[in-house]
Amino acid sequence: MGAWIWWVIIGMALVTYIPRAIPLTFLAGRELPPAVQNVLRNIPFAVLGALIFPAIFFVQENIWFGIIGAVAAFGIAFSGASAMVVVLGSIAVLAVFSLLIG
Amino acid sequence: MKVRGFTAGLKAGASIAIGYFPVALTFGLLAKATGLSIAEATAMSIFVFAGAAQYISLSLISAGVAPVLIILNTFIVNIRHFLMTAALNEKMETDATWKKALYAFGITDETFTVLATQKESLVKTSFAAGVILISYSSWVGFTVLGHLIGASLPQFLQAAMSIALYALFVGLLVPSMRGNRKVVSLALIAAVINSVFYFTGWLSTGWAILVSTLASSVIIELISSKGGKR
Repeated sequence: MGAWIWWVIIGMALVTYIPRAIPLTFLAGRELPPAVQNVLRNIPFAVLGALIFPAIFFVQENIWFGIIGAVAAFGIAFSGASAMVVVLGSIAVLAVFSLLIG
Repeated sequence: MKVRGFTAGLKAGASIAIGYFPVALTFGLLAKATGLSIAEATAMSIFVFAGAAQYISLSLISAGVAPVLIILNTFIVNIRHFLMTAALNEKMETDATWKKALYAFGITDETFTVLATQKESLVKTSFAAGVILISYSSWVGFTVLGHLIGASLPQFLQAAMSIALYALFVGLLVPSMRGNRKVVSLALIAAVINSVFYFTGWLSTGWAILVSTLASSVIIELISSKGGKR
């Protein structure tokens, strides 16, 4: 690659950093209207829903990986396990499935 | 009250580090295949630190797309972080602006969701530093390794580990869902709206996540503020 790739990297770095930094630095110490605060408090749970669905079903071309992985993750999570156990457990379930069908 | 700092942050971020492992390894590998040197691939992970945007940039680079368009596309993919850091601002302890400007760099979908779902009402800067440092180290370190060894994991492990980041999101969401109808509704409505965007192709992934998150958050706020006076 030529020197241009470095300009691409610098440009990507800037446009990625700006939306991350503006709210944390400019909003700091400012009291937002209560309605806006409430909406912002809702965002973590809404974003989790959007990040999980529907992408969790399409982690592999074979849709069964997504379906079994999703069932495993929700099953382990509902048993009260920590996030780390949910991650490792889901990987383990899919590793077994992968070896079985492979 | 027990205040959780840097070490607790490292622990909370460890599951992100595991999830980043296969993704960063594959990024390093693909970057090499696209023709990026190890310095270029590593620099991208060091300075950009945004998985989806970095992957997309590789396909745009190999398609010969103009640099300006690659940068514009990165902006569009990552603009959802604006919403996340605005929400995070409500959750983080008050601190010097330079510290907030520094850890703002480390906010990804994964670090955001880990920080924002912590039980305490205010999260310490040192806790955020721990979550981000272990995630970032995994991302950069495994980019280097992926480029160096130029091979991915055994197929069965690669396939199994592709669930990791989604399992993390599930592991963060479910404990908050228990006995909390509002959390269930928030996640469900955002999931349905995002799925509509996905299957119709009306919006690209970055926008779809932003719009479905915001729509769900506003809808639930309107319903709950009508239901009972605060």
